[in-house]
Amino acid sequence: MEVGTKDHAELAEIFNKDEERVNWHDETLWWIRAKRDKSVHQLPEWEALREAASNVKFNVLSHLNTYLEQFEAAAKANGVIVHWAADAKEHNEIVHGLLKENKVTQMVKSKSMLTEECHLNEYLATHGIEVIDSDLGERIVQLAGEPPSHIVLPCIHKKKEEIGDLFHMYLGTPSNMADPQFLTETARGSLRETFLTRKVALTGVNFAIAETGEFVVCTNEGNADMGAHLADVHIACMGIEKLIPKREHLGIFLRLLTRSATGQPITTYSSHFGKPREGQQMHLVLVDNGRSVQLGRKDFRNSLKCIRCGACMNTCPVYRRSGGHSYHTAVAGPIGSILAPNLDMKKYADLPFASTLCGSCSNVCPVKIDIHDQLYKWRQVLVKEGYAPTGKKIAMQVMATTLASPTLYHAAGKMGRATIKYAPFAVNNKLNAWYKEREMPAPPKESFGEWYAKNKK
Amino acid sequence: MRVGLFVPCYVDQFYPGAAIATLELLEKLGVEVVYPKNQTCCGQPMANSGFEHLTGGCNRLFIDNFSGFDYIVSPSGSCVLHIREHLHDDKRPEQAKEISHKVWELTSFLTDVLKVESLPARFPHKVGVHQSCHGQRGLHLSSMTELVAPSFSKPGSLLNMVKDLELIELERKDECCGFGGTFCVVEEAVSSKMGKDRVADHLKHGAEYITGADMSCLMHMEGILKRQGSKVKVLHIAEILNAE
Amino acid sequence: MSSRDKILAAVAQNKPEAMPLPHIAPFKEIGYTDVIGQYETVLTAIGGKVHRVNNWDEIKTIVKEKYNAQNVRVLSLVPELDDVATSAYEINPAAHHLADVELALIKAHFGVAENGSVWVTEELLGHRAVPFICQHLAAVITSSNLVDTMHRAYMRIGLETYGWGAFIAGPSKTADIEQSLVLGAHGPRSMTVFVLQD
Repeated sequence: MEVGTKDHAELAEIFNKDEERVNWHDETLWWIRAKRDKSVHQLPEWEALREAASNVKFNVLSHLNTYLEQFEAAAKANGVIVHWAADAKEHNEIVHGLLKENKVTQMVKSKSMLTEECHLNEYLATHGIEVIDSDLGERIVQLAGEPPSHIVLPCIHKKKEEIGDLFHMYLGTPSNMADPQFLTETARGSLRETFLTRKVALTGVNFAIAETGEFVVCTNEGNADMGAHLADVHIACMGIEKLIPKREHLGIFLRLLTRSATGQPITTYSSHFGKPREGQQMHLVLVDNGRSVQLGRKDFRNSLKCIRCGACMNTCPVYRRSGGHSYHTAVAGPIGSILAPNLDMKKYADLPFASTLCGSCSNVCPVKIDIHDQLYKWRQVLVKEGYAPTGKKIAMQVMATTLASPTLYHAAGKMGRATIKYAPFAVNNKLNAWYKEREMPAPPKESFGEWYAKNKK
Repeated sequence: MRVGLFVPCYVDQFYPGAAIATLELLEKLGVEVVYPKNQTCCGQPMANSGFEHLTGGCNRLFIDNFSGFDYIVSPSGSCVLHIREHLHDDKRPEQAKEISHKVWELTSFLTDVLKVESLPARFPHKVGVHQSCHGQRGLHLSSMTELVAPSFSKPGSLLNMVKDLELIELERKDECCGFGGTFCVVEEAVSSKMGKDRVADHLKHGAEYITGADMSCLMHMEGILKRQGSKVKVLHIAEILNAE
Repeated sequence: MSSRDKILAAVAQNKPEAMPLPHIAPFKEIGYTDVIGQYETVLTAIGGKVHRVNNWDEIKTIVKEKYNAQNVRVLSLVPELDDVATSAYEINPAAHHLADVELALIKAHFGVAENGSVWVTEELLGHRAVPFICQHLAAVITSSNLVDTMHRAYMRIGLETYGWGAFIAGPSKTADIEQSLVLGAHGPRSMTVFVLQD
C-alpha cells in the first residue's frame, strides 16, 4: 500500500482536494444505499430478520470451538482437507505449500477479503507465484497496483476512463475506450482464458455450515465457480467466524446479505460446496489471525458477527467522502475501523476517530453490530493504552479541569467569548481547522447564565 | 412539575437565545423552570474524544446541580444522550442512575411528557429540519431512513403546529452534518465537506431557515452558510416554537 | 501444540457465555398470493427471462426459433429436450470441452419467488461447470415447484446430501465499472426459466 504513515485525516484531506470527484464518489455510494433501502422496505419482516441473524451469530460466538470441531469433522467426512492457520503468515504458507505440492506457479483467485487481510498476493509474488484475481473489480485494482477500496465494490473509487486506460495498457483495448460493456467483454475474454488454463483456484467463503460441513460462496459474476469447477485443486480460505450452525440458517443470511450489500434480492450465484468433484482436491483453510483475541474483548467481540456486506460503508457519510483507501487497512469503513485496532492498536489508532458517531452504520448492519458504540469504546481503549497525541491529552486535561469548576468555566467563558479559545470544538492544537471553511459563531454580549442572573433571579 | 433547565456549555456561551427560548417556551406551557447556575458541561467533548475517564468532575457537578427535579430538560439531543448513556458516579451510583433517567431532550419532553397538541407560535417562513444524529438515532426523536419501521418525527409534529410555517423536503432526510465534536477539527476536510453538502440540500429546496434540536449541528451549518455569504439562517427549534 | 489446538483453546477460553439458538420458525409463514407472478417479476427485474409453458413442445419451439437457425452448440441435460440439442451431455471429469457451448438446457429442482432463483444440484448438471461455462442458460421448473422464500427453500432441501448445489438467479453480471450493469461477466449472458404448467 502506498499510503505509508499518513493517517485517515491526512489521506481524507488529499482525497478531498478534488471536490468533483468526492461528489461523484459520494453520489455513487449513496445510490447503492438507496437501492438497499428500496429492497429492504419490500420485506415487512426485515427488522425481525436482522434480529434473528444477530442472535444466531451470538450463539455461534458463544459455541465457536464446538461448531469449529463439528464443522471440521463433517467437512473431513465429505472429503475436504481442512487446514488451520493461527495467523496471516501461516495462512500464506499453507496456500503456498499447496501450490508447491501441485507444482504450479499460477493461480486464479475469486474475491476473498481474508486473503487481502493476509496480503496473500504479495506473499506469493515474492515466491514466484502469479495470482490473477478474477472478480472484475479486483482485477481492475490489481492491474492498477492498488488494494480494493471497498469489500464488495473493489474499484468503486475508479472512473471508467481510468479503467479504460488500464485496459488499454494491459489488455490491448483501443485508447480512450471507456464503455463498461466493452471493457467487461474484454475482461471476460481474458479471464476465460485464465479459468481454462489454471490448475488451482482459490475462493473465499461467505458461510460455512457446522451441521453439514459445506461452505457457501456468493458471487454475481460466477467467477468463484468458473475457477473452482475448472481447476484440479480448489482452495477455500475463511476466517473462523464465518460459521453458522445449520443449513436452515442460510435462509436468514442469504436473505440479508445481498439486499444489504447492493439491494439485489440474492446474488446471482449462491454456491454450496459440499464435496470435491470426482478427481478434484478441495482444501479449506480456517484462519484465526486475531479473531480469537477479538472474541475475548467483551466490548468488541460482536464485530465478529460481520458478514461482509459493505452496507456500513455505503451509508457512512465519512467513508463516502474520504474513500476506502483513506482507512489504510484491508477492510475499510466503519466495520474496518472496529476490526483493525484489534490487529494493531498503534497502526490503526486513528480509525475509530474517523467517524462522527452518527450511528447510521449500526442501523443498516444486517447482523445488528453496534458499530458506532464500538467506535466510541475503541476511542476510550486507545487513549487509555497511550495512543492519543500529546497535544490532545494536554488540551483534554485543561478542558476537563475547566469544565469541572463553575468558577473556572465562567471565567474562561467570558474570555472565551472574546477569543473563542475554549469552545469545545476548538480544543485541539489545530486551532485553525474550523476557520478553513467555516466562520466562527458571533460571540453574544452575554452568556445565558449572565442573562438569567439579570432577568430571572 | 419542577424542571431543571440543563443548558449545554456552548449554548450558554454562544447561543443564549436558544436557551432563553427554551425557558420561555416551557414557562408558557405552565412548567416551573429552575436554572441551576453552577452547571457547566455534560462531559461529552472529552468522552467522545476517548477521554471519558476525565469526565468525573463534570459528572459530579451534574449530579450536584440536577438532583431533586421532577425532570431535567435540555435543548440538545446530543448532550441528553450523553447523560443518559454515560452519567455515572462511583460514590453515588443510584443518584446518577436516577438523574440519567430524568433527563429529557426538549422536543420529546414537549410531545411525550407535556403532550403538547397546539402552540401559539407563528413563523411565516420556509424551514428545513436537520435531524441531528444523536437526537434521531440515539434518542429516537424521529424515525430513521435505514429502518423498516413506521415513520414519525417529534420535532416535525411540533413544527407542524406553528402557523404559516412551511417545511421543505430534503433529498437526504437524515444525513449527518459532519460536526461530530472534535471530529470537526481533527477530520477538517471531511467534516467541512459534509457540512457543505448538508447545507446545499437545504438551499436547493428553498429553505430560509434551517432548524433542529441540536445547536451544535446548527452551529456547524451556520459556519458554512456564513462563509458562503448566504442569507439563510439557523435557528434552534425552541426559537421557532416560541416565535410569535 | 498444533495451530488447530491453539486456536480451539483460545476460542474456548475467550468465548462469551452460552447464548441460545433463536427459534426461526415464524419466518416460515411469510408468503405470496401469486407465487408465479412474483417469481416472474423478480427474475425479470434482475435480468432473467420467464416463459410460462404448458408442455415440452412449447419449450422446444422457443429454443428452436432462437438457436437452431444458428450453427451453435446446444447442450441438453434434459432428456425431454434432447431433440433440440446438438449434443447430449457425455460424462467427462473435466469441463474444458464445454467452453463452446452456446446454450445449456438444464432442469432445476425448484424456484424461489422472493428472489427469482432456481435450486440446482450437480446430478442435474452433468458437470458443475455447465451453468457457468455456457453462453446462455435455460432451466426448466414445474409450476408446482415454486416456494415463497429462502426459508421455505431450505425446509424443502432439508438435510439432503449433495456434492455441490447452487441457487442461480439470473445471468452472470457485474456492475464493477462505475456501477453500470453489464450482463455476462464470466458466465451466461442470459438466463431463461421455463415454468412448465403441471
